[in-house]
Order: sequence, then C-alpha cells, then structure tokens
Amino acid sequence: MALPVSRDDAVKMLQTMHLIRAFEAKADDLFAHGRVHGTMHLSAGQEAVAIGVCTALQPGDYVLSTHRGHGHCIARGADVRRMMAEFLGKETGYCRGRGGSMHIAAMDIGILGANGIVAGGLPLSTGVGLSIQQRGTNQVCIAFFGDGAANEGAFHESLNLASVWMVPVVYVCENNQFAMSMPVHRSMRPERIADRAAAYGIPGDQVDGMDVWTVYEAALRAVERARSGGGPTLLECVTYRYRGHSKSDAQRYRTREEVDAWRAQDPIVRCERRLIADGMLSPDEAAQMARRAQEVIDDAVRFAESSPDPDPSTLLDGVYA
Amino acid sequence: MSRELSYAEAVREALRQAMQADERVIVLGEDIGVYGGAFGVTDGLLGEFGPKRIRDTPISEAAITGCAVGAAMTGLRPVLEIQFSDFLTLAMEQLVLQAAKLRFMFGGKARVPMVLRTPGGSGTGAAAQHSESLEAWFTHVPGLKVVMPSTPADAKGLLLSSIRDDNPVIFFEHKLLYRVRGPVPEEAVAIPLGEADVKREGSDVTIVATSVMVSRALRAAEQLAQEGVSAEVVDPRTLRPLDTDTILASARKTGHVVIVYEAPKTLGIGAEIAARIAESEALYSLQAPIVRLGGQECPIPYNRALERAAVPQQEDIVAAVRHVLAA
Repeated sequence: MALPVSRDDAVKMLQTMHLIRAFEAKADDLFAHGRVHGTMHLSAGQEAVAIGVCTALQPGDYVLSTHRGHGHCIARGADVRRMMAEFLGKETGYCRGRGGSMHIAAMDIGILGANGIVAGGLPLSTGVGLSIQQRGTNQVCIAFFGDGAANEGAFHESLNLASVWMVPVVYVCENNQFAMSMPVHRSMRPERIADRAAAYGIPGDQVDGMDVWTVYEAALRAVERARSGGGPTLLECVTYRYRGHSKSDAQRYRTREEVDAWRAQDPIVRCERRLIADGMLSPDEAAQMARRAQEVIDDAVRFAESSPDPDPSTLLDGVYA
Repeated sequence: MSRELSYAEAVREALRQAMQADERVIVLGEDIGVYGGAFGVTDGLLGEFGPKRIRDTPISEAAITGCAVGAAMTGLRPVLEIQFSDFLTLAMEQLVLQAAKLRFMFGGKARVPMVLRTPGGSGTGAAAQHSESLEAWFTHVPGLKVVMPSTPADAKGLLLSSIRDDNPVIFFEHKLLYRVRGPVPEEAVAIPLGEADVKREGSDVTIVATSVMVSRALRAAEQLAQEGVSAEVVDPRTLRPLDTDTILASARKTGHVVIVYEAPKTLGIGAEIAARIAESEALYSLQAPIVRLGGQECPIPYNRALERAAVPQQEDIVAAVRHVLAA
C-alpha cells in the first residue's frame, strides 16, 4: 500500500521525528550536566504519535498537550530555539521562563499549553470545542492525554460533555503503558482504553502508536470527522515511553528486556525503513537526518544559553491581564 | 434612570445587557435553561437568546468549569453558573490550577475572560453541604478576582465589570439576597472592580462587612444610632483586588473597627483586613483592638436556631460595636 502522504511530507515527518528525539536527548544531556533548574518528562519512543496526529491538522487547529509535551509542540511547528530557551528558564522562552518544560505554550500556532495536571487539559478541550462551534469556524482541537488520565474523573466528565455537544475535539490517548510506575493492566479492567468510547456513544479507535503512518491515517479520519460535524473521537495510540517518568525514576517497575522489545519497534527506525523501501529516501540521505536534527538543536542550545534570564523585577508580569 | 429590582433580577439584567452588547458572551451551567436556574436567576434568558448561548450542562462541575476556561482562552466570554458555591470544591483544579495560572505560566500570553457566578451562604436551611462561604479560598489565589456584591445595584454593576474583565472572576452571590429589592440603574453602568463602597457614613466606629452582612451591619448601625453611636459601614465589594485605602481611611477616621463576615472566623477575609490595618499607620489611630466577627468554627447546621447561631446576626454586630467602643 502506498504511503498516505507525498514524498516531501513523508521526509519531513521523519525529519521532525528526528528533531524531537534530538531535542530530548539534548534536554537529558543538559540535565545530566546540571544545567537545568527543574524537571522534565521525556517522550522518546512516542514520536510517531505526536507526528502522526499533528500532521493530520490544518493551520488554525488547536492542540492541548500534556506534561510529556515536547513532541507535540515540535510536531505542531513550535520553534525549538524558544522551546530550549524555556527549558533553560530564559526570558526568550515561549513562556518567558515562567513555565518551563511542563507548560510550554505557543498560542500563536494554536498550542494551548502543555499541562502539568494529569487530565487537566481535558475539560479545557470541551471549551475549545464549544468556542469553535460558537464562532462557526471549522477548526479542530486535539486533546492529548495519557493512559493514567483515562482513570481521572475529568476524563469521564469531559468526554461525556464533548459527546453530548458533539464538539470538534479528537481525544488522543497516548497509552505508553505506565502512569508513572502503574501499568495499565493494574489500573483498569478493560484491555483497550478505546473501548471506553462506547460509554459516550462516540467512535473509539485503537492503533499501533509506534507506526507513524497508522497513527496519521487514524488521526486524519478522526480530524475529518470532527471538522465535518461528526463530533469527537477517542483515538488510543499504543506506544511506549523508553525513559523513566521523570528524572528521579529508577524504573523498578519494568525490565530491561521489556524496554528492549519495544525499542525494536522504534518509530523512527520503522519510518526510515519504510521510506527507504519505498524509494523515497536513500540510505545516505537517511544517515544525514539525525545529524541535521542535531545541528538544529545545537543552534537552539546556543540561542538559549546566550539568552538573558528573566529580570526578577518583572516577577509579577502576567498574573493578570 | 433607576427603579427597583430584586438582586436576582439585577444579575439577570446584567447578563441580558452583556449578552446583547457582545455576542461572545454565553451563559452555561446546570439547569439554567428551561428551569431558569436553581434560584431563578437566568429565568427567561433561554427564550431570549436561545440554546446556543444559554447552555444547559450535565452535572459535571469540573468539566463545565474547564469548559469555560477553554472557551475563554479561544475567544468567548463565558459566564458559568455553579449552582451552589459548595460545589466549587468539585471544580477546584480547573479554577485554581488552570484558570488562575495559565496566563502567568504561559508568560503572559493567554487571556481567560470568564466569570463564575455562584450563590453562597447560609440561612435557607440547606445545611452543611449547600451553605458554605468559601470566598477566602479563592481570594488566596493570585490570578483570580473575587467579587461579593451586597445590593441589587452592586450586583448588576459589578457583574457587568466582571464580564468585561479579561481575567477569571469568581462572583459570589448570596442566597438570602436574591429577593432583596433596591434601586438599580436601567443603563448598563459598570462598577469598577477593586473599589469599596461606604454604605453609611459615620464617625465613631467602622464596620467592614461583606455580602449579606452588609445589610445586617446597616440595620445594626440604625439601632446603634438610637443609642447615639455613629457607625460607618464599609463594603469592600471585591475581595481581590481589595480596596485597602477606603478601609484604612475609615479606620483612621473612627478609630474603632469591627469586621463582619459569614465564613468561619479563622483565616477569613477579616483576618486579611485586620492585618492590613495593623500593618499600616492607621493602627496608630485605633483606640481599641480590632474585633473580627466571623462564623462559628463549625459546619452550617440544619436546625433554624442553630443555623442562626452559626453566623453573625444584627444583635452580634451591635454587641461587638458596644464592646469595641467600651474598650
């Protein structure tokens, strides 16, 4: 079967996955060298979800992200220089150093914020959907959340409200197998989170979240359904978080073998192989992509490190409009 | 032009005029449509504005509060009714961690122009889970504004300001005030947030009172006047921002301060007001220690006599004034 996108788009998707991987590798490195003040949550392994979903969007669409949101922001076109500056707490960062890794927002391109509260963005998404309906535009909102959020009360209230009002929101569950240390199979009885869609009378779809094309096609179906008045969809992307929950995670809840088995399904490797097999990319070109991403990230670090810290005299800026 | 309206009618008129003036204003909440709201405040608005702008919601306080936040972030100016202020406890995360903080933590980029209207207070026999006075909780949160109107005119003018404000505003109405009537301007005249109102001028003692306690303080002042005591009644009207200047000016003038509020005394708004007086040079004008008259340290009970005993009444205010003047 042919790929669902043009060669240029396919190559761009792979390149952007490399960019996410490189951003987070550098973030990890900066952290290890003591150059980061706060915490972070890495999404390595989950890049296909971010890219597959965000590629299905149009300009003007909205994204609500999670605490593990670097990939969503980069996939949606955020400037990695300003992201890195935010990560380092700089005035030039997306949030002027007030938010950090967990709260990156780029309102100008519809990224309504990474959110530090599990399921915290889900109620917001119903309002974004209502606003779209009320204003009569044909925008769509993506609400990313994790498997852990699916057990919060806000998940139920939000999907119920969204389905009653048929708002144009796609609920994308990144089932990365763990809510911090709690595995999915110990936190819910059903095997498929997508099955919970039945409780709201909306479509639920579970897809291989390690395959960018599968994610893209499922996301496109859901986005087009939402855009054409068909209401919300619950899209579960089965994926895996390679790294710990945050920086203080000894990962006693899983084995090296388990991690390695998932790494064998690496979304970047799978995407690259497919493009080479389809003749869209030569092995030489593929080999250069990681290095190109690294150059972009190195430039972002230079920008961030040479940027000023916020002036403490501006502390109270932005509390009120 | 001014004519008499009830407090509930004044709130409704502010909603109607705000909706007529700005199509971005929508109203959502539980039973606000056909039912007209649990206290009848939104009665008739559905017929006038239709179900798209008067949105009945499921009983989902967290989701509908977040819904207002998300809608506000993306171009609407929602007014959310939470049926009893007690139920704010079910919406705390969306209010405190989302509505109040998004703008700041996004570096000053997002705007959250929403109003959350909700009735608080005791006196209706609704018992412990439908009678809370939680305003201090929200006044403690930077990023929120907190409004507590005590009269029909203030309810209308302050609600108009709240709807026009670009920040999340928690607007505490009082169940006992809904039927109280008073003069209300017909025009859509907004009363600025952050301005206290001297409801009665006096020279011997300052009574700072909020919400339903304002009318009790005014009746107490009438009673005290017959004893030759001249009491000034100051209504802060908004708790955040709090108009400290008006309170301090009154304290300096009278030299005696009684602060009356319905919420449990400990860490209520009276603590903040007393502290602001104590931190200022107005302290040197005081001729007696400040008296705080707050609710008792208990949940609101059902029995009428117990319920009455749980929060300050007119006679308590009179006694407190006599006490502070005798010191």
